[in-house]
Amino acid sequence: MSPAQVFRFALAGLAANKLRSALTTLGILIGVGSVVLLVAVGNGSSQSVQNAISSLGANAITVVHTEGAAGTTASTTAGTPAGTTAFAEPQNLTVQDAQALAQTQGVASVSPAVSTSETLSYGASSDSASLTGSYPSYFPAEDDTLSAGSYFTTQEVNTARDVVVLGSEAATDLFGTANPVGQSVLVAGIPFTVVGVLATKGASGLTSADNTAVAPLTTVQDALTGFGTLNDIVVQATSAALVDTVEGEITSTLDLRHHETTSDADFEVLNASSLLSTASSTAHTFTVLLGAVAAISLLVGGIGITNIMLVTVTERTREIGIRKAIGATPGVILAQFLTEATLLSMIGGALGVLAGVIGTRFTIVGVRPVTVPLSIPLAFGVSALIGLFFGGFPANRAAHMRPADALRYE
Amino acid sequence: MTRPLPRHAAGPPPIAEPQLQPVIRLVSVTKTYGSDEAMVHALRGVSLEVAEGDYVAIMGASGSGKSTMMNIIGCLDVPSAGQFLIDGIDTSSLDEQQLAVVRNRKIGFVFQAFNLIPRMSALANVELPLSYAGLRAAERHHRAEAALRLVGLADRMTAQPKQLSGGQQQRVAVARALVTAPALILADEPTGNLDTRASHDLMDVFDRLNVAGRTIVLITHEADVAAHAKRVIGVQDGQIVADRRLTGPDALPPLLGQPAVRP
Repeated sequence: MSPAQVFRFALAGLAANKLRSALTTLGILIGVGSVVLLVAVGNGSSQSVQNAISSLGANAITVVHTEGAAGTTASTTAGTPAGTTAFAEPQNLTVQDAQALAQTQGVASVSPAVSTSETLSYGASSDSASLTGSYPSYFPAEDDTLSAGSYFTTQEVNTARDVVVLGSEAATDLFGTANPVGQSVLVAGIPFTVVGVLATKGASGLTSADNTAVAPLTTVQDALTGFGTLNDIVVQATSAALVDTVEGEITSTLDLRHHETTSDADFEVLNASSLLSTASSTAHTFTVLLGAVAAISLLVGGIGITNIMLVTVTERTREIGIRKAIGATPGVILAQFLTEATLLSMIGGALGVLAGVIGTRFTIVGVRPVTVPLSIPLAFGVSALIGLFFGGFPANRAAHMRPADALRYE
Repeated sequence: MTRPLPRHAAGPPPIAEPQLQPVIRLVSVTKTYGSDEAMVHALRGVSLEVAEGDYVAIMGASGSGKSTMMNIIGCLDVPSAGQFLIDGIDTSSLDEQQLAVVRNRKIGFVFQAFNLIPRMSALANVELPLSYAGLRAAERHHRAEAALRLVGLADRMTAQPKQLSGGQQQRVAVARALVTAPALILADEPTGNLDTRASHDLMDVFDRLNVAGRTIVLITHEADVAAHAKRVIGVQDGQIVADRRLTGPDALPPLLGQPAVRP
């Protein structure tokens, strides 16, 4: 008996109960589709986080102020949990700290920064954006580029001028398509002159990197945040190779200045590559989790196949008896029912891949899914195996029915 | 005593084998179901030989063991004890797979309930045993058409079973039974679901097949069906209680060509 003939019998068997076959196929379709789609969502979010982090600049090291010994903040740097029984008072991160760091070997620039969230308004339009106060060196350290106008100058920092550089999204929200350079925006009621607009950087995970405004450090401290602690100090190393060395130097310098031990540090030193590895391991966990959920739905689809094939075999007991009486060997019956189950799962798998790939064209909860190429053959292959595995039990039952009993079955 | 299956013929063919090896040979066959106290003795030592070209009716009331006999003769079931040979092949040594091949090559079944496969045309139903035998499509088609013409259904080849009358369905079943040119045609109550007219037509087909040399075993409880056979065997309580020969195995069937009795 040729495989083509077995295949034809299997197709006829499936066609005999189209609705049932379609519903069983749907189970596998959903399983395979969700594997492809959810893995793509996980991968997409991981890629967008990685893009955002690498846009921070490979040479940048960020010193972030933490609450330290206050004990309420969870410091997340590995090995340096926030001390709760510290002797030293947590100290502010200051401009003096930044100046001290500037003496370190291998440091190209140091930009102390404060940040706050403020409402910007121009005429009738307003926008809530994150406002950063820093030095001009902040821009290259953050990999920012201009699309219009210019950065503010060191001179303007020293004289605390009310000037601001807008992120591209903030600029669009306030001015639409008009050129903002030279216009005056109100930041928390204070008029600032727009001197430049930054080029679009794209989304960085949860917040937009473009809905920002950057003004001189002195101005922001004067008008808005006061002269307390800095939020962070952005240090740019002279080369990517020096990042780790510089990071160590920064830590020891600041420990010394703040009389800290590593167990009660009131600051954290981050660089893009350490953020990247943390973020990608998080994203990996996320992807695995999504994939596991999808795999479970594939498993449920597989059990659906077993179920429906058992029903089919029982329903067609008499037909199996007839086929056996006229000379079908157990092998041929097994092949027919296995082919039916595998066809169900493979049709479901193919449609599922199609649905999954179509699904990845849409943005899902803010994430642009990126298809993992391997997930397609993998999900399809697994669906075929599911047909063989979950169809095996019912097919085997059909193959070894006793013909005399099967023929008598009503 | 045993002869290999035709397709696996090896060595020299038996040249001067004793004349007329029986198509069926049962030697002290018993069949029991269940065990211990619940044991049912369906057959209690049946011995029987059917010669090639013979036309045998096995008669008995329900529960007499005739269905069990039919299952054993049809290789659908195996004896509990005793020996059963079909066309010289001892079935006790065969596994499930080999029994399937014997059913395919040696036996053509006709059942009371027709047992055609639904949603397959008459032609496809008749081709089915040839598919299992591994024949190519063109050859299958050719032989299935010839078989359907032989039973007078040349014009209904593409019809599905549900579009056919009972008599027509049973004739498709007969075509399916004879298409492999089996050593034996085994019919289990073939007229049980047919009216008088269709029954007569069907028995006429069987008579003509026997004239053409087919060995036929009919299982029935109707005397007027049994009257078509050359030999009538009575079964009761799992044993053969009567064996009456109406005419010789090489003679013509007794009721060949008789007009139908109108009710």
